[in-house]
Amino acid sequence: MTHPPAGAGSRVVVIGGGHAAAALVGLLRQEGHTGEVVLVGDELDHPYHRPPLSKKFVDGELEQWLRPPEFYGEQKITVRLGEQAVAIDRAARTVALDSGADLSYDVLVLATGARPRPLPVPGADLGGVGALRTLGDARALRKWIEEGRRLLIVGGGYIGLEVAAVARSRGVEAVVLEREERVLARVASPELSAIMSGCHTDRGTVIRTEAAVVALEGADGQVRRAVLDGGDAVDCDAVLVGVGALPRDELATAAGIETGPPGRGGILVDAGARTSDPAVLAIGDVTCRPIPGVEGPARLESIPSATEQAKQATATILGKPLPAAETPWFWSDQFDLKLKIAGIVAPGTQTVLRGDPASGRFALFHLVDGRPVAVESANASPEFMAGKKWIGAGTRVDPEVLRDADAALRGAAL
Amino acid sequence: MPKVTYVVPDGSVHDVEVPAGQSVMDGSVRNNLPGIVAECGGSCSCATCHVYLDEEFAGLFDEATDEERDLLEFAEGADARSRLSCQLIVRDGCDGVRISVPDTNG
Repeated sequence: MTHPPAGAGSRVVVIGGGHAAAALVGLLRQEGHTGEVVLVGDELDHPYHRPPLSKKFVDGELEQWLRPPEFYGEQKITVRLGEQAVAIDRAARTVALDSGADLSYDVLVLATGARPRPLPVPGADLGGVGALRTLGDARALRKWIEEGRRLLIVGGGYIGLEVAAVARSRGVEAVVLEREERVLARVASPELSAIMSGCHTDRGTVIRTEAAVVALEGADGQVRRAVLDGGDAVDCDAVLVGVGALPRDELATAAGIETGPPGRGGILVDAGARTSDPAVLAIGDVTCRPIPGVEGPARLESIPSATEQAKQATATILGKPLPAAETPWFWSDQFDLKLKIAGIVAPGTQTVLRGDPASGRFALFHLVDGRPVAVESANASPEFMAGKKWIGAGTRVDPEVLRDADAALRGAAL
Repeated sequence: MPKVTYVVPDGSVHDVEVPAGQSVMDGSVRNNLPGIVAECGGSCSCATCHVYLDEEFAGLFDEATDEERDLLEFAEGADARSRLSCQLIVRDGCDGVRISVPDTNG
């Protein structure tokens, strides 16, 4: 894909109003882009911080703008909110919006994100059943918690566990149903799953693994219980569905832009955020991309990934050197644990525990041939920061030193 | 309003008025200055808002918490002047503070 860069004067249209889109428009101006920049967001709110929606949605301020609304005007960025792109005309280089507007572009950036994966069972449309992606979702969830509704959480991933932690911290009943044999099955090591499961159970979260919901039942249009595949049922007053997200790649698919392999999906991009159409880039949760430590293009839904791709797209548009491959990382807050994870957790690694999980401060290093490929840490920022650095540099470490929490961390690098 | 001077990675110097009560990170993000990435939005989670604060200004801000020190210990290029700018809350006495921003914030 050797195409000349669109350049600093190009007209850039960004479809999407999430973290990736907001990061990109800011970066373009920082890096000297002078042409027109238009951001089209289908939500009515200006781009906002999403992580607090599942972490601090009860006590904290929900509306945390990534930039104050007046920022965009000052930076000469046109923001169109409450409008959705409906079709791309690649030959004419225009994108049609549901409002009837047609926007022409030199570069189109698809940052449409992901949508919550629906729960494909009868009753999923009952009142009191929801997912968590947007500010509106978070407002509804906050209300349920404030009303003390018994909360059933379908899916023991990060969002489900974060919400369970908030609910329990407020004394609200929370039951987590996980289809797999452990929580965080897709994203964490078995060791971390076990620790987090214990941490939740100790604080009153009920976790049921290998439990699949087959139906939701209600009264007067409101959900009242979930029926499980074993036949028994769980009573509840509200259901949060947290079973993953699907890339919003329909616009690209309809326009004939290449998407990721079956099962992964997402708009296929290279390390410069370029799609199969040289005038179209894609960034953020909607993409399927090369990721260090992962075989083949993959989808990675996280803030750092969105930021990284915003940098890649900026470099591509302005013809600057692409950023060096990053070490993926992720964070989650549950109860008093600040989890930080770097690298990609995969089976078949040597796992070294440093610190005592019971103390609330520990790190799990996952090594391949003596080199860390992932680190999962809780309240252990030095271990996280050092581990992230070692993963990126391919540093060999001494597992015995690593294991000894009294030994200096620096001494573990060989 | 206190004026904070940012020396950003390309060496250019930006004087920015930052309202008391906001952080040095806020002032940078608000004005779209390069160098401070601030991925976590100021919750002391990510260390992508690392800056250098000269000793002469250090007393104008609260001391770093253990959490901040922990994040900085292994941050790229960290030294005795290192701070996380999300934790540097500007007050009226901070007028004239000078901050250097490294190019290693990811």
